[in-house]
Amino acid sequence: MDTTFALRGIDYLIMAVYFLFVLGVGWALKKYMKNATAFLEAGRAMPAWVAGLAFISTNLGALEVMGMTGSGLKYGMLTTHFYWIGAIPAMIFLALFMMRFYYGSKARSVPEYLKLRFNEKTRALNAFLFALMTVLASGISMYALAILLENVLGWNFNVSLLASAAIVLAYTYLGGLSSAIYNEVLQFFIIIIGLLPMTILVMSDVGGWGGMQESLAPIVEGKGFAADTWTTTWKYTSSSGTNPLGVEWFGILAGLGFVLSFGYWCTNFLIVQRAMAAESMTAARKVPLIGAIPKMFIPFLIIVPGIAALVLLNDPSKNFVLPLNAAGEPIYDYTIIMLLKQYLPAGVLGLGVTALLASFMSGMAGNVSAFNTVWTYDIYQSYIRPATDDQEADEKHYLKVGRITTIVGVLVSIAAAYIASKFGNIMDFLQTVFSMINAPLFAVIFLGMFWKRSTGNAAFIGLLMGFLVALAHHGLTQPEGATTLVKGGWIGVIHTYPVEMAQNFWTAIFAFSAAALLTVVISLLSRRDKTDSDLNGLVYSMTPKLDDSGVLWYQRPWFLALIVGIIMVVLSILFW
Amino acid sequence: MLDIRLPIGLMFSVVGLIITIYGLATIGDVELYERSLNVNVNLISGLGTLAFGLIMLLLSEPVRKKLRKKE
Repeated sequence: MDTTFALRGIDYLIMAVYFLFVLGVGWALKKYMKNATAFLEAGRAMPAWVAGLAFISTNLGALEVMGMTGSGLKYGMLTTHFYWIGAIPAMIFLALFMMRFYYGSKARSVPEYLKLRFNEKTRALNAFLFALMTVLASGISMYALAILLENVLGWNFNVSLLASAAIVLAYTYLGGLSSAIYNEVLQFFIIIIGLLPMTILVMSDVGGWGGMQESLAPIVEGKGFAADTWTTTWKYTSSSGTNPLGVEWFGILAGLGFVLSFGYWCTNFLIVQRAMAAESMTAARKVPLIGAIPKMFIPFLIIVPGIAALVLLNDPSKNFVLPLNAAGEPIYDYTIIMLLKQYLPAGVLGLGVTALLASFMSGMAGNVSAFNTVWTYDIYQSYIRPATDDQEADEKHYLKVGRITTIVGVLVSIAAAYIASKFGNIMDFLQTVFSMINAPLFAVIFLGMFWKRSTGNAAFIGLLMGFLVALAHHGLTQPEGATTLVKGGWIGVIHTYPVEMAQNFWTAIFAFSAAALLTVVISLLSRRDKTDSDLNGLVYSMTPKLDDSGVLWYQRPWFLALIVGIIMVVLSILFW
Repeated sequence: MLDIRLPIGLMFSVVGLIITIYGLATIGDVELYERSLNVNVNLISGLGTLAFGLIMLLLSEPVRKKLRKKE
């Protein structure tokens, strides 16, 4: 199966222009990087729309895009649950209820909020796990990029890996978080513009939405589902057996819509950091809402073409095939690659490939810049060299540390990429493990923000035990047909889930419940460790209400949230 | 701080222009556009990209400042 693209000079020219601008942005921002605040927090000067697009772009990495198009093929419109119910409520909640504490407290990171609200050890636990997770994610992303370039463009693996690392290093070293954010915005637009021609062409080839529905019916019925299963979202979720996700509505609502999505969007510093870079409190609260608007429409760009690919796969006259893995199964993640190859001629093809490259790199840069901030503030400043009385000298010192950390972060990512190339399973496993910190973290932060009685020790134990419960659940269960211990069951199998997704949902639900329960019980059993005045600005009931009366009504976060909510409801009904 | 609309505008104008020119140069190239359902996507996409780039440029602070000075 030939996956290579025959790129022409014009395609390389477009790629070159893009990377010239990427580096140019880093270069232009260099002169603003005078202190640690500018480098690690983007000087808290980003307009809401810039931070908002970066907020959504950080999540729109290439692995996400490739995975989602593949999921469109595998699960149809049910995949949009990841973009609607599995993202929007959490983003609205973050904007309206949580952002003010992240932005308004003196915290410069999520771990630092834990330190201010609870204690040092809770921060340390979160900071170390987060730092490990980000360099790992960046390494895996780098590895996937190099593999893709090898398979698709025929480039040498080592050269691709080092060249992409060098570009990321160059622009994050020069412009820090600002540079990462600016490039995420650039990437956002190039993804839309680069993929749109493919989406339009594939949709017109299958006869639009209506034509696609018609062609899908026999294919989907052949799989044993109702004819419109691939073009609906909630209709067949009354039981797990009637839809390809293998999860029923309660699992989707509680697992994806609540625990997983709130855990990801409301506590993941990689995401929250973009909003914390906003220029004002109102701007910071608007960031997730501005990001939510494009988020809701991205499925039409990347998931719907995946659904159309199912039609193409079943129509021999289209000559559309997916590459197969060693076990002879189609590699669904290559759906978007094969669609680009199928429909785009030289010229726009260069733009499409650049879009994918861009999203890989901005994914790496996002991780590196979040790693920088957590390492410098939460680890280096807390344990190695605390702040002194001389604030100006400190700022200079931590700027230097931030710069060095950028280099170290990229080097560690390169090492992680090579480990991934040798021991892919280990990396997959580690990534699964680290993803388990989100659900308990959300339980702890949520209780911290909205229940003044929760104590530091309780939070620490809740966070740790929630993580261990997640590990135990993963170790004791596995999805049906699992062939490696990476998928679970490495302690012993006491339950088998029909699909991996159901297992993920339940891992998160157990972890969240354990963390929440333990934090509540231990808090009630122990004496309060913070007074009401300590908690001003950190806990909802102890903080004066925000006054939005100076903000125009249509610019108020509540109004934006309402619009976002209405759009989501309308989309869900349209594609019920 | 640098207004991001400036680099966005510049980049998409340049890229849009390149693709438009390529689209113009390949008008009538049946073989090239067979895969894109016989549509010259380069020309359409190039013009769209160029338009987006120019709008961003017009909205960017440095350009607006210059326009204001001229008035």
